Amino acid sequence: MTKRTREKSIELVLAFCALLTILTTAGILYVLVFEAFNFFQEVSIVDFLTDTQWTPLFSEKHFGILPLLSGTLLTSFIAILVALPTGLTIALFLNEYATVRFKNIIKPILEILASVPTVVYGFFALTVVTPFLQQFIPGMSGFNSLSAGFVMGIMIIPYVSSLSDDAIAAVPRYIREGSLALGANRFQTSIRVILPSASSGIIVSAILAISRAIGETMIVAIAAGQQPRLTLNPLVPVETITTYIVKVSLGDVAHDSLEYRTIFAAGITLFIFTFLLNNLSYWLNKKFEKKYV
Amino acid sequence: MKLTLIVIAAAGLFLTSCGGKTETNSSTDTPQMEGEVKIDGSSTVYPISEAVAEEFRNEQPKVRVTVGLSGTGGGFKKFSRGETDINNASRSIKSEEEKACKANNISSLEIEIAFDGLSVVVHPDNNFVNDITVAELKMMWSPEAQNKIKRWNQIRKEWPNEEFHLYGAGTESGTYDYFTEAVVGESHKSRGDYTASEDDNVLVQGVSTDKNALGFFGFAYYEANMDKLKLVAIDDQDDSNGKGPILPSVETVKNKTYAPLSRPLFIYVNSVAIQRPEVTEFVKFYINNAGTLSREVGFIPMTEEEYAIQMKQFEEFMSSHTK
Repeated sequence: MTKRTREKSIELVLAFCALLTILTTAGILYVLVFEAFNFFQEVSIVDFLTDTQWTPLFSEKHFGILPLLSGTLLTSFIAILVALPTGLTIALFLNEYATVRFKNIIKPILEILASVPTVVYGFFALTVVTPFLQQFIPGMSGFNSLSAGFVMGIMIIPYVSSLSDDAIAAVPRYIREGSLALGANRFQTSIRVILPSASSGIIVSAILAISRAIGETMIVAIAAGQQPRLTLNPLVPVETITTYIVKVSLGDVAHDSLEYRTIFAAGITLFIFTFLLNNLSYWLNKKFEKKYV
Repeated sequence: MKLTLIVIAAAGLFLTSCGGKTETNSSTDTPQMEGEVKIDGSSTVYPISEAVAEEFRNEQPKVRVTVGLSGTGGGFKKFSRGETDINNASRSIKSEEEKACKANNISSLEIEIAFDGLSVVVHPDNNFVNDITVAELKMMWSPEAQNKIKRWNQIRKEWPNEEFHLYGAGTESGTYDYFTEAVVGESHKSRGDYTASEDDNVLVQGVSTDKNALGFFGFAYYEANMDKLKLVAIDDQDDSNGKGPILPSVETVKNKTYAPLSRPLFIYVNSVAIQRPEVTEFVKFYINNAGTLSREVGFIPMTEEEYAIQMKQFEEFMSSHTK
């Protein structure tokens, strides 16, 4: 084998590896679109988007995605409400206050949060957080979006903190020093100068974290309940899109039935959401990169 | 539901096989037989049949007894084709299933083997729901209630103006069919906005941690989680089978005052299969031991007289079908 052909074949293998990921995505997309298309032959898309009830497995069939969507968005909203302030504070503290040594110890520990299996988080929410919260909130159900969202928030803290950390670290030195030279203290510098300068990077981190929360399955399946319900009340059981998909996939629903296809319609809704969010963050990231070049 | 039943069954097997002290009424001097007994059908009845099969293996180690769980309907399909000897059933045979059997020259005998009492439960701290009528349950669970009936005081005026949360069997389980038939009046029809799970653990967890919960599942599951749940007495407003609200218990299910949420469980025996001595021996063994063994796996046995009647019917069925 000549050097040239060897070089070429290695190139081909590498290209194939790159292509493999794209093909997988394309395959997933194909199945989702194909099955969802079949679903929308039988159920009108207007019903799907406007009906406020989701009961495809029952005699009174309703195919409104809104209750599942509200469950997903409610848990994700609670999660980001926990993760954004916490993650941001951690990022600011590590960059503006902590010593380098302290930062080097703390950062890897924070990353551990991301490596805890989500099923463990789920049981933590169900068996520790919920009973604890029930002591203060008497009417709270055993399955609820509050504790699921809260624990999911803890899980996504590393996403927010490490990406925000990068964004804050990328703020040029002269901006920070200019603020301090004008007599601002470290807190004023952090809040009034650093945060706005790093805002687009922080927004990107938040969006990616939300996207992760929306797709999260185990925590909500275990702790948030299995009842599709259009509500903003964080104390009652809800069902998220991911929980519904898990439930139907594991159950005895006949394949190739309308009931079975509902999971693809739900899946494509989920896909569209995370796809849009990821692209939004990509776009913002691009914009952000240009800013200080 | 399926999974839990398997767990219960496994536990039952464990008890029966390791304890080995279960009284079996079969005489030890019966001759040793060989052959195979094939059982399939309902996942609800499965634990009982499996427990009986396990005991039977001690008596007749050379007879292979296999128990499947295709569901009552799936089991009857195999039964009507003559592929199985006995079918576990959580409901009576349907006329079309009977026709399918006739087409293959199979007639069947229904044998009642135990009762199941579906329990309606609430959170232990719930101090207002002590009893409920079937009409009220219907109001709560019927398809028309979907998205409309949501608060306790819509069911009974003196109950609080708070939202209730329902927990119940998933649509694929026989328990769901049975509950909807008894309460709503039509099988497989109910509201859809409740926590529906095939896994009874989820339902127990839900009801035991939610003060506004109401749920239903098999009596075996209530018994295993008694300390975390409060049983609700059921009033069918029919005084002929016991006055007022009645709690499910071994007693009330046995004497049929706990209505309409107690159901008989059956096995169906194939007329062709009873030509084989190992099958008849197994069925007799089943009837003799169903009482003790069904109680062990969480079901409610019938009275001795009722088992005697089943035995007599089986003997008549045998003499009319064996040459």
